[in-house]
Amino acid sequence: MISERTQAAIDRFKSKADGPLLEIEGIRKEFPGVVALDDVRLSLRRGTVHALMGENGAGKSTLMKIIAGIYTPERGTIRLRGDEVTLSGPLDALERGIAMIHQELALMPYMTVAENIWIRREPLNRLGLVDHAAMARRTRDLFARLNIAIDPLTEVRFLTVAQRQMVEIAKAVSYDSDVLIMDEPTSALTETEVAHLFAIIRDLKSRGIGIVYITHKMNELFEIADEFSVFRDGRYVGTHASNEVTRDDIIRMMVGRDITDMFPKEPADISDTILSVDGLSLDGVFHDISFDLRKGEILGLAGLVGSGRSNVAEALFGVTPATSGRIRIDGQAVRIASPADAMKHGMAFLTEDRKETGCFLPLSILENMQLAMLQDQNVRLGFVEQRAVNRQCAEMRETLRVKTPSMDERIENLSGGNQQKVLIARWLLTRPRILILDEPTRGIDVGAKAEIHRLISRLAGQGVAVIMISSELPEVLGMSDRIMVMHEGHMTGILDRAEADQVKIMELAAR
Amino acid sequence: MDNVQIEPAARKARRLPADLGILMVLVGVALVFEIMGWIFQGQSFLMNPQRLTIMILQVSVVGIIAIGVTQVIITGGIDLSSGSVVAMTAMVAMSFAQAAGYDRAVYPSLTGLPVLVPLAIGLGLGLLAGIVNGQLIARTGIPPFIATLGMMVTARGFAKWYTKGQPISFPTDGFAAIGNGALPVFIFLGVAVIFHILLKYTRYGKFTYAIGANAQAARVSGINVQRHLVKVYALAGLLSGLAGVVTAARAETAQAGMGMMYELDAIAAAVIGGTSLSGGRGKIFGTVIGTLILGLMMSGFTFLRVDAYYQEIVKGVIIVAAVVADTYRQKGRGKAGI
Ligand SMILES: Nc1ncnc2c1ncn2[C@@H]1O[C@H](COP(=O)(O)OP(=O)(O)OP(=O)(O)O)[C@@H](O)[C@H]1O
Ligand SMILES: [Mg+2]
Repeated sequence: MISERTQAAIDRFKSKADGPLLEIEGIRKEFPGVVALDDVRLSLRRGTVHALMGENGAGKSTLMKIIAGIYTPERGTIRLRGDEVTLSGPLDALERGIAMIHQELALMPYMTVAENIWIRREPLNRLGLVDHAAMARRTRDLFARLNIAIDPLTEVRFLTVAQRQMVEIAKAVSYDSDVLIMDEPTSALTETEVAHLFAIIRDLKSRGIGIVYITHKMNELFEIADEFSVFRDGRYVGTHASNEVTRDDIIRMMVGRDITDMFPKEPADISDTILSVDGLSLDGVFHDISFDLRKGEILGLAGLVGSGRSNVAEALFGVTPATSGRIRIDGQAVRIASPADAMKHGMAFLTEDRKETGCFLPLSILENMQLAMLQDQNVRLGFVEQRAVNRQCAEMRETLRVKTPSMDERIENLSGGNQQKVLIARWLLTRPRILILDEPTRGIDVGAKAEIHRLISRLAGQGVAVIMISSELPEVLGMSDRIMVMHEGHMTGILDRAEADQVKIMELAAR
Repeated sequence: MDNVQIEPAARKARRLPADLGILMVLVGVALVFEIMGWIFQGQSFLMNPQRLTIMILQVSVVGIIAIGVTQVIITGGIDLSSGSVVAMTAMVAMSFAQAAGYDRAVYPSLTGLPVLVPLAIGLGLGLLAGIVNGQLIARTGIPPFIATLGMMVTARGFAKWYTKGQPISFPTDGFAAIGNGALPVFIFLGVAVIFHILLKYTRYGKFTYAIGANAQAARVSGINVQRHLVKVYALAGLLSGLAGVVTAARAETAQAGMGMMYELDAIAAAVIGGTSLSGGRGKIFGTVIGTLILGLMMSGFTFLRVDAYYQEIVKGVIIVAAVVADTYRQKGRGKAGI
């Protein structure tokens, strides 16, 4: 016979096991000048993927940082496995089984992959020193389980953004947490890697882990999420099962109005060749790249991560100059040894990695936006023509709808998507003739994405030549006049808009 | 904008302007000495214009250096050579500033030169030291700490070698006038105003902050980072040269031991004033206040007859406290401490 009290305890335990893994309610979080979250709730069940949707700056990352113990909310409760908890910090959250993959990658560049993963948990040998062999072995086991092919002993700085993302994912998984938070994990991944990630997620799900998944990509929602919650302006809008709504429903919940997702390119006058690349190579990275780019044309650059797409862009802009080959602009052979050289020829380059080569984190939004335009036209006798610059920046902020209380706010305090908008603004403000964009809509919400597509298209209409790298095939297909496909550092083909489709591109990209 | 909820009250309460914060520290330090003055000495600390003038005079030289060092620190670098460059330039400038007919002059045939000559030589030598620092850092990529440490030792050595350790004295009246009365204070404040404008309103300033905030992003945004760094270190060297001339003129003599540890006082002034050693943040205004705080402390301790040994101890503690306070200010902005 079990006593009544024991029975009650068992019941309570049972209900806990069946009840939500994580339940939060009435959360409020303020930052100086902004209420980031107000009366927000979320409930995560075991073995499910719960997607968070919302515009840039809706408060998704902030909410996740609260769950991961990084921010303390002003109000509200967090219940983990039925018990109310107060998280004292990220370590506390980790110990309670909550791990997070951040929107901005945060690995230590000069440490190896293994060291990054096991930091603070390094296996020790008998002398109490770090046992590097054991650490490498553990990493290999982990990678084998997750099917990741990265050498545990390479330093992180040699990895591509996508590889770093995979390392972050592996690291989060290695904590064996119950709750796993992923903040836009696919923004730097191409479809192959996304498929890989989804396989990992399905495996984690089957082990009863609850995953909160932030994304701006609708198709991912339908593919991987069981249910989703929508946030708007820091408020909770609603939660639904993902198989009972359409994408238009979700967009309406997110923005409060209807929106077309992709903005197909407007027809532009494609005229003279402005950039002509002949046999461009960078030893060991890419080889013999040749193409012409004409005014008003958008050239898409497709390929898997690691195919050398970004490297070609970096070489064109002088970030890592090519070792051989010729670049001609307006028919004249030019030498581009640095970004400054490239800018003299009217080039602009939005890089792929916002944190490493984009944002000046301690500086204000204004400083971040204006930096590249401080060339001769906006500077007189060394003095910045601040009034004219401010006006142009303010216009850009309107056009791109950067969500911030003030231009003097530090860019660090902006949401990821809004940072991206500031960086796009930085380059558009230079009034380039040749615009190179590496993942331009990375982390940008549906509404703003359409806006940016329209902007790019309008620039092309004005005669700007555009090279656009994107991991999202629909984006490449929708925007490009021609698409150049790369595979392992070689150019495998150039497709015209009319003949291009997903299948053809994938064939050329995978060979 | 339309979507953001702004709560002006909360905003004002939370975000004290950094400038005001550091100003309040200055006022606080002054008040503490004022109160202690009445308690222990039975007299006012502040109501003594002469004491305050001397106080500012004493720190003007460090202040001039600190302004140059501030912009170096904003780029994420450091300049350890300024104190030694002060000694070197003081010695060399003085050797061309000796009064006419002084027969034990370093260059007996070159006495009684117009003041412009030693001034130009002092500034030029400082500039040169700065350019060497900058080129070393930009071209070889060695850390600024090492490059300027080398210059620190070399310049000090040069100052000693120059006269085999002998002091140089008897400047012309014109040269001595540079250090006369309150002129050094005006030089300090003038330099402060110029560099405030330079950092705030010119492209040079914008690039300086950008490099300190993220050198890679700065390069990709079209900044010639190396060339810019040379300029920054060159200007810092120029100011050290100016400080050397002022020091020599004020003392009417030059010795190889001059400017000892000034580089550390200058760095301390910048850091107390809110310049971040990790780069990208800092203001000349803060550095000026930081310099005054240092001066106030020195003069206050002397006024209270605190033993010189204690002074150093307390100074060290206060410098560390300033940095700790700054770190907390950073965290207070909502950034997580991981
Ligand atoms: N540390 C901070 N200081 C001040 N404001 C902040 C801070 N962090 C976030 N905010 C503000 O809070 C709001 C919500 O930001 P959050 O990063 O949560 O958005 P998000 O939904 O993740 O957007 P995105 O899709 O662009 O990543 C934004 O307006 C942002 O500017
Ligand atoms: Mg976010």
